[in-house]
Amino acid sequence: MKRREFLGRAGAASTLGLAGGLSAPALLSGVSRAYAAGDDIPVGLLFSLTGAVAVVEHTLHDAALMAIEEINAAGGVHGKQLRPIIEDPASDPATYADRARRLMIRDKCVSVFGSYTSSSRQAVLPIAEQRNNLYWYPTLYEGRECSRNIMYGGALANQQQDILIPWLAENFGSRFYMVGNNYVYPKEENNYCKTLLKVLDGEVVHEEYVPMGHSDFSSVINRIRAEEPDVIFSTLVGDSDVAFARQYHAAELDPAKLPVCSLTRSEVEVKAIGGEAAAGHFSSAPYFMGHESAENEKFVEAYKARFGADEVTHFVSEAAYFQVYQFKAALEKLDPSNITPTGIRDAAVGMTMMAPQGEILIDENLHTHLWPKIGQWQSDGQAKVIVQSDKRFEPKPYAAYPGQECTGAGLVKS
Amino acid sequence: MDVVFNQIFAGVSFASILLIIALGLAIIYGTMGVINLAHGEFVMLGAYATWALQTYAGLGVVTALPLVFLAVAAAGWVIEKVIVQRLYTRPLDTILATWGIGIILQQAVRLGVGAESRFVRGPEWLSGNIEIGSLVMSNYRLFVIFFSLVVLAGTWMLMTRTEFGMKLRAVIQNRGISECYGIEAKKVYSVTFAYGAGLAGIAGALITPLFSTIPTMGTGLVVDAFLVVIVGGLGSLMGTAAAALLIGEVTALFSIVINDTLGRIAVLAGIILLIRYRPRGLFPADTRR
Repeated sequence: MKRREFLGRAGAASTLGLAGGLSAPALLSGVSRAYAAGDDIPVGLLFSLTGAVAVVEHTLHDAALMAIEEINAAGGVHGKQLRPIIEDPASDPATYADRARRLMIRDKCVSVFGSYTSSSRQAVLPIAEQRNNLYWYPTLYEGRECSRNIMYGGALANQQQDILIPWLAENFGSRFYMVGNNYVYPKEENNYCKTLLKVLDGEVVHEEYVPMGHSDFSSVINRIRAEEPDVIFSTLVGDSDVAFARQYHAAELDPAKLPVCSLTRSEVEVKAIGGEAAAGHFSSAPYFMGHESAENEKFVEAYKARFGADEVTHFVSEAAYFQVYQFKAALEKLDPSNITPTGIRDAAVGMTMMAPQGEILIDENLHTHLWPKIGQWQSDGQAKVIVQSDKRFEPKPYAAYPGQECTGAGLVKS
Repeated sequence: MDVVFNQIFAGVSFASILLIIALGLAIIYGTMGVINLAHGEFVMLGAYATWALQTYAGLGVVTALPLVFLAVAAAGWVIEKVIVQRLYTRPLDTILATWGIGIILQQAVRLGVGAESRFVRGPEWLSGNIEIGSLVMSNYRLFVIFFSLVVLAGTWMLMTRTEFGMKLRAVIQNRGISECYGIEAKKVYSVTFAYGAGLAGIAGALITPLFSTIPTMGTGLVVDAFLVVIVGGLGSLMGTAAAALLIGEVTALFSIVINDTLGRIAVLAGIILLIRYRPRGLFPADTRR
């Protein structure tokens, strides 16, 4: 009797929505249906406007917000306006989780757009999965993740390196010096780089990781002088990258002989480094501000008009921008009376769209097919695209892990 | 072997930056017993002042130095008058108060100037290297080393050869008795705090061509400067200089032998050991409280 009584109570509790979403998907989709009945569609924007990563995230916030405003100005979706609900998680992973929960539960957002760092994505991931919601993440990242509730808009290791590494080996040589910040992203990227180098008979002359925020690179530069590699392969982020680039330039190491090739340096970092010190070095990314296409021209012009002529767009803000349009296109495919996060996801899979970088496609593994490019930085702070892939690259989040694959059904191990 | 010489130079160059930051900290602590957690933000203010002078007035980093010193010293003076001065009888509370001031300064810069990293151009005439055999020394870093020695000498002169320095040393020895002799301890404190802040500002100006100028840039630097002050002996000028050199060199040599991450851990472990056996630092100043 006691057990039955307990079960009965638990059932009643979940009907009231007190037991959380894990065991009651039907209840959740019921809640989802209700959003569309209103006059507008709430959309969560979860980018840090304060704290350590605000430097980058405010540009993503701006790009996503601009896309929402453009969509609203053009009449919205199904005649409904998108209503941005802005939360500031203050660069703190726990706050990301907290605000994501608030956006998904209290504000009933069918999707949340947000964040730059892997740690913040990983903080939001369990919330998005629990609530069976959708989190649109625009940043390049290390892969090795396969969630059905995250839409990944940024480049994976294979999309940044497959063209780059052979090209570097051919043009400069295959003795690589790896330098990165000490956390998961640089290590995973370097792992993948090593598998590519092995095929090319290349060599890693030195691999080192400096602490986050490390800013005195004289030891690194001395070691580079001593090892005499062909290429510096950098996964330094943020102010470490800026400090490294400036000290590399001050040490008069010549990019024509020993270039730094970065997976993370974009127009934002170059603006802080200064065009002169960045000139001659390379970055690999699916998008550069200087890329020539009608879509990009429109994007850059609108961004400058909205936020100032000095502002720059970069390969993460581009993804923050096109992901809002992907969201809109997915909404349009759905019946306005039945808009749910899962519905949006399923509608988005397989969808193509002209983004500023070229025509992109959402894979069944929820990552995006992108257009790899290699850019060489110029003294005006812009990259000249010198290699442009002639085909779209498919996203492989487990490229460095043979036997594992992320598919439409989730992670498959063979 | 070439690497070792280059690395010794790197250590001196790192030490010279640490020295300028730590000198200000050491003087403020030695004189007033105030643990100034906003010191890193004074460095940051110095960097932003340099950026502003370059962007809006077209001044180079070196020409801007005296102005940056005055500007940050003025900011320090105001902060001392408004907040720190009220807390001299509660030295522990100054930790909390200066920490709060640091956060306010950071956020003020973020709101006023913006969160993104700012670009400061290095001086043209100091670009390039001097090469002696395989030893490569960047001209700018040589200048920073030279300048830090000038700052050290200037501070030493100020403390030992001027009337202000005499008053300052008197206040350090015994505030009560020096006040009986007509020394206005309050005034001495204000000027000292401003001077310490100004030194931090100079350090901020000097590092802008090498590091990135962002609102949080001071946080990491102030930790290193604190280590220097602790190792050197609180409030001792020569101790600060020796400790800066020691930490700079040890960090540089560890980094090359192991790597930067483990090198840092090794340096911290070394400092813990040192404090275990010399709790008052290398050269403790004789002070009475």
